Amino acid sequence: MSSAETQVKEESVNTMHGCILYVEGVTVSFDGFKALDDLNVYIDDGELRCIIGPNGAGKTTMMDVVTGKTRPDRGTVFFGQNHDLTEMTEYEIAHLGIGRKFQKPTVFQNHTVFENLELAFHTNKNVWMSLTKSLTGEQREKTDEVLETIGLVNQMNLRAGLLSHGQKQWLEIGMLLVQDPRLLLIDEPVAGMTHQETEATVELLKSLAGKHSVVVVEHEMDFIRSIANRVTVLHEGRVLADGKMEDVQNDPKVIEVYLGS
Amino acid sequence: MLKQISQLHSLRGWIATLSLLGIAIVVIPSLNIFLPQESFFHVPDYIVSLFGKYLCYAMVALAVDLIWGYTGILSLGHGVFFSIGGYAMGMYLMRSIGKEGVYKSDLPDFMVFLDWKELPWYWYGFDNFSFTLLVILILPGLFAFVFGFFAFRSRIKGVYFAIITQAMTFALMLLFFRNNTGFGGNNGLTDFKRILGYSLHEPSTKMGLYVITATLLFLSYVLCRYVVKSKLGRVLTAIRDAESRVMFSGYNTLHYKLFVWTLSACLCGIAGALYVPQVGIINPSEMQPSNSIEMAIWVAVGGRASLGGAFLGAGVVNGAKSWFTVAAPDYWLYFLGSLFIVVTLYFPKGLIGIFTRFSPAEKTKEISR
Ligand SMILES: Nc1ncnc2c1ncn2[C@@H]1O[C@H](COP(=O)(O)OP(=O)(O)OP(=O)(O)O)[C@@H](O)[C@H]1O
Ligand SMILES: [Mg+2]
Repeated sequence: MSSAETQVKEESVNTMHGCILYVEGVTVSFDGFKALDDLNVYIDDGELRCIIGPNGAGKTTMMDVVTGKTRPDRGTVFFGQNHDLTEMTEYEIAHLGIGRKFQKPTVFQNHTVFENLELAFHTNKNVWMSLTKSLTGEQREKTDEVLETIGLVNQMNLRAGLLSHGQKQWLEIGMLLVQDPRLLLIDEPVAGMTHQETEATVELLKSLAGKHSVVVVEHEMDFIRSIANRVTVLHEGRVLADGKMEDVQNDPKVIEVYLGS
Repeated sequence: MLKQISQLHSLRGWIATLSLLGIAIVVIPSLNIFLPQESFFHVPDYIVSLFGKYLCYAMVALAVDLIWGYTGILSLGHGVFFSIGGYAMGMYLMRSIGKEGVYKSDLPDFMVFLDWKELPWYWYGFDNFSFTLLVILILPGLFAFVFGFFAFRSRIKGVYFAIITQAMTFALMLLFFRNNTGFGGNNGLTDFKRILGYSLHEPSTKMGLYVITATLLFLSYVLCRYVVKSKLGRVLTAIRDAESRVMFSGYNTLHYKLFVWTLSACLCGIAGALYVPQVGIINPSEMQPSNSIEMAIWVAVGGRASLGGAFLGAGVVNGAKSWFTVAAPDYWLYFLGSLFIVVTLYFPKGLIGIFTRFSPAEKTKEISR
């Protein structure tokens, strides 16, 4: 088997202007209620961005729009300068290099931890390849590495449904790592994690930035502080504030709607 | 390839599988042919025919298990694919009667009865066995592919999908009931005389059909095992458990569903084609909605997402049905209903779950933590 066969054709993503994701004027309404209201967000290539906001601010909806799960009523979403995501299906978007961790950890409950990673692995994902090929030695090594990173080596052959909540979160992050996307959208990664696990997650996400672009949605303020990066605050489907954590924290508007509560 | 196939089972698994195959194609025929009729171990002809029928059902159960047990798409319309395969074979068998029908005409009797002067175009080719085989292999799959394409592309799922498959089988049943459709109306196709020149009334022909069915069932089993043990099989169960996760991982789930749906229909069509010469008739009642529901019940009773379970379910339910139709025909449906309820409530993994619960592999999966 030639390695070219299992290789995936890399789509070129044009990030000439330094931006990898352009969310422009996006409006999403559910029965008249605007979950996103003329939202504009730009993510730089290689950036680690935090998005915060009170419940119902539209954070998850924004991820739904970027990953093709929800179609916006208005506005455009571009990946690089050349891919209009609003025209594409979920799997095409995933193929382009956008990976997503759901708010509620979503792993394949009846598959083992290893199989979960195998399914997510960045490789040719058409029917025929899945029927005839399995992971190559090199890919297995990479999988073992990721198992190490997410601390699930001993649970490798355990059904994922039996993992603790925190472990499932890690497994889902691991699935993103083997999927090796350009842009990772991570919805509430530390919910249900202990303090130590949270710290480890922060380290992991920081290490990803640079090579990947990472967008993290979180409620947990300590977590956001320890990442201490650029923060965007959403409120009622719009950007309320944007900037360094210290500045955002002291912004009276933000204090009013979010931090003060 | 051979190496990959040998890895589909552990050594123990292969010994068990091949023993079953041996019993089916060597032991049972020998007991039928070589033992005197009065011997206690003699297997009478009617039992061989009955087993042949069960083997066809087992193949259907495999097909239903692939799409429902593994992929989570409940089809209540597999009777259609079974019937397409069955009717194709039936048409060949009708054409093989030649001029020996009641009306001594070259046309099938029912056409003479309808006063048709010539063969409709869609009957052309069915006097040729190879052509018939081709139709059996392609038509059920093609039909499924087209149906599945529209249904899956519109993301019709769950109970909605089950309902439209019921509607499909019901609609086709009504179509085939009409005399003018050209498939013998409610009598269907019957009074077959021979297949490939061998008389269908000869015990040896029946035995031959039985052995061919058993062999093809074995091959289908190996094929299904290959599919579910491959990464594709894991994608299918992943679609069943969390389809959106699969899509966001970069899989075009439409293609996967279409693949397994079409494969399942093909197997079902082959089963139908093997069934018809053994029972001697195919009529539209095979497309009754309840028939397709029964197919799903075989799998539910035996155990979803287990090929062994599919076999077991088809065997147990049909064995019971044979007994009931003789002993207490009025109670059959009550029994089937209760069996279904009891199994769903108390054995969510089906009857096969009773065995696998104690298997070592299953245990480590549950405990090691
Ligand atoms: N499919 C839907 N149908 C109707 N309303 C929806 C739907 N999805 C989201 N909403 C509404 O849109 C608003 C934004 O929801 P979203 O899930 O994006 O918020 P969020 O910022 O992720 O909140 P949380 O912090 O609770 O996760 C909420 O008011 C929610 O009720
Ligand atoms: Mg959310």
